[in-house]
Amino acid sequence: MTDTALLRMEHVSKSFPGVQALDDVSLDVDYGEVLGLVGENGAGKSTLMKILSGVYQADSGTIHLNDQVVHIHNPHQGQQLGISIIYQEFNLMPNLSVMENVFVGRETGRFGFVNRGELRAQTRRLLDRLGVPLNPNAIVRDLSVAEQQMVEIAKALSLQVKVLVMDEPTSALSETEVNRLLGIMRDLKRDGMGVIFISHRLEEVLTICDRVTVLRDGHNAGTVDAKDASEDSLIRMMVGRSRSELFHSEERFEAEATAPLAEDFVLEVRGLSRQGTVMDEAAIVLDDVSFTLRRGEILGFAGLVGAGRTETVRAIFGADKYDRGEILIDGKLAKIASPIDAIEYGIGFVPEDRKAQGLVLSLNVRDNAALPSLLQLSRLGFVRRGVEMKAVTEYAQRLQIRTPSLEQLVLRLSGGNQQKVVIAKWLMRKPRILIMDEPTRGIDVGAKAEIYRLMNQLVESGVSIIMISSELPEVLAMSDRIVCMSRGRVTAILNHAEATPEVVMRYCTLQPGQEYASPVPEGGIAP
Amino acid sequence: MTASSASPQRAGTPEGGKRADPLTVMSRFGAFVFLIVLCVVFTILEPAFVSTTNIFNVLRQVSIYGLLAIGMTFVILTGGIDLSIGSLLALSGLVGAAVYKGGTGLLSAGTAGQAHGYGLLAAVGAAVLVGLTGGLLQGFAVSKLRVPAFIVTLGGLSIFRGLSLVFTQGQPISTFPPEYSYWGQGLIGPVPIPVIVFLTFAVLATIVLRYTRYGRHIYAIGGNQEASRLSGLNVSRLLLSVYLITGFFAGLSGFLLSSRLNSAEVIAGVGYELTVIAGVVIGGTSLFGGEGSIFGTVVGVVLIGVLNNGLTLIDVSPYYQQIIVGIIIVLAVYLDQLVKRRRR
Repeated sequence: MTDTALLRMEHVSKSFPGVQALDDVSLDVDYGEVLGLVGENGAGKSTLMKILSGVYQADSGTIHLNDQVVHIHNPHQGQQLGISIIYQEFNLMPNLSVMENVFVGRETGRFGFVNRGELRAQTRRLLDRLGVPLNPNAIVRDLSVAEQQMVEIAKALSLQVKVLVMDEPTSALSETEVNRLLGIMRDLKRDGMGVIFISHRLEEVLTICDRVTVLRDGHNAGTVDAKDASEDSLIRMMVGRSRSELFHSEERFEAEATAPLAEDFVLEVRGLSRQGTVMDEAAIVLDDVSFTLRRGEILGFAGLVGAGRTETVRAIFGADKYDRGEILIDGKLAKIASPIDAIEYGIGFVPEDRKAQGLVLSLNVRDNAALPSLLQLSRLGFVRRGVEMKAVTEYAQRLQIRTPSLEQLVLRLSGGNQQKVVIAKWLMRKPRILIMDEPTRGIDVGAKAEIYRLMNQLVESGVSIIMISSELPEVLAMSDRIVCMSRGRVTAILNHAEATPEVVMRYCTLQPGQEYASPVPEGGIAP
Repeated sequence: MTASSASPQRAGTPEGGKRADPLTVMSRFGAFVFLIVLCVVFTILEPAFVSTTNIFNVLRQVSIYGLLAIGMTFVILTGGIDLSIGSLLALSGLVGAAVYKGGTGLLSAGTAGQAHGYGLLAAVGAAVLVGLTGGLLQGFAVSKLRVPAFIVTLGGLSIFRGLSLVFTQGQPISTFPPEYSYWGQGLIGPVPIPVIVFLTFAVLATIVLRYTRYGRHIYAIGGNQEASRLSGLNVSRLLLSVYLITGFFAGLSGFLLSSRLNSAEVIAGVGYELTVIAGVVIGGTSLFGGEGSIFGTVVGVVLIGVLNNGLTLIDVSPYYQQIIVGIIIVLAVYLDQLVKRRRR
């Protein structure tokens, strides 16, 4: 740690009701340095950055900028001090032009009239500095995600920013776009700016960053020089255990190597297609999606945000409509018009947003767990409390749901225990097919390991799992096969052995019109 | 996250203390405590308040509101609202009375007991059927056509009142023989019959909401409609059902009110929806759905009745009574919000 650091955050702690989000966390960024900030979901990265930008106030700890202690009470103050954050979800106004977005609230001009010529010239200078050929008059809504990101960066530059924080800037970008962004980051670095780069893509972190600070469950897990670190060593720091200790899937794959899974298809999807969203009726959401699911396998779905993975599984579960396509269960055409039908066929669905779609937060653990099974648990319309209690208790113990009682409101449980309640409610139905959309999003490492272990047990007992995950290590470690999707299409179905991060990412960023590179995906695609 | 994983709690044990958070207790029983306090205060100021006559007088006054409020609780638990109940009550009462008399007031005025009517059972049946039909139509619009309940029932409020006017050209249907007026005016022992009807349905509704699968489903779709749909609940059928329930109670109340007043009036039930919603909300049922109880609703409507009765007894102007009820509604909802904010 140098004494003349651009930014130092020291001994920062922050708690929310029931959660110690940050506990004595420190980091520093030097002039012209890119610092990587990594950690699992819920490790405290976002909270730390929100304290830096003034959205939250730390309970204790100090922030030094150019060796001056600063107090940042709100985001406006943060901006004035030269701290700018580009969030995952952009803060742009889609209906306004590029230049209006860059200079929003700071339009130059007199008597309340905006001097558009001046605005345009300034915006163009900023965009030129970034080497982006964007028209300042273009409407933001019409831009691609990558271009919108450039607008955000231009906005930050216009604010005379000293410290630029980028939260997951590459998660929705293609490979070329990522490379261009990394190039821009190098330029900013050369100009003496300090950049904090938050990313799940460890490969990029190691490429662009000088040092990497790792957070784990709200603590500092260490800071390392990027040149001395590897993806494996970072993961170990992030989760506090090795990959095999986390996923517990190696034995399963060893067993399957000697005794491969039979071609016993419980589910077959053929030509699933859907057009139109609320925003854009002509958009192609699903384009001829076909795949199979074998008994006792985990089929991983990889892809960028908006690739159509969630839309695919929601269509299978009867939660969304689709225009064309067939769904076969045990080789027979299945008519699934609503979740009620899907549940009849033995399908369970753990949705991506457990609070909005998975749980009734105003009800307790028992009510939530029993919700899909009430018919089985009642007689003449009356719920049999004793039977219900026994059933829920059994699954709560099996899943190690940590709650003072089953009468506790699910609202008060931690994220990991909430997720276990969602899983429990489907296990109580003894599903044959379990769809899990981002099953470990935002939960602590301990709960993650427990959920992985459970998934391994389930497939060994013959349940088939479809797992959507945006965490590449998770998809790679857990899946028997991986379906790669891009822009509503299946671009490849890869076997466990042939799936490497590079291959999966390449297929997940494949543009329409581009062809598969080798290897030709094996099996699974229906005729 | 650290809080729960660090503490050595046993996994999934059904026992363990239900921690009673004082604010939650306040929101659940606050109205009840307030009701007791009110009764004590009124008794001190005016001892006649606790006379048997007065107590049953209050209860009889609230029993129509109470019946409507039971239905309204189901609707509000799902996150909906029904503004049409007062109008639907009037229409049901008129149709029931017309069936009883064998014609509307225009044809049979002054011919009580002489026209060719269809008997009491047919009258009650007709009133309830009108209520159910109104509820079915509105429930269809809410659950299948996805028109917001507020809009649908605001339309219903106007439509049913208009139908009542068209049906009788604005004339009341009055003067019934004792077999008809008995149900609104009669007593069993010291207890007025509408009070018995109200409390019976309150008990039934409590059982349904607490112990049946249907009741669980109502709380679930009110708490999170999307999660309920993804759990295999038939959300649109459940939504439809609650408007049938309010329709049923509007129909039944329409009969009871015409019986009590010995007249079915076009203007019957005007403004009832607001008193009823007020009672439900004061009783702790969340307007956002998912939380509330019949017990709370009973307390809520009784509280409004006691306030009006007590304030009249101690000679407070009716003008002030409205102001006081209004303040209490706002306070009740504020308390509800306070509890929710604390939880998150």
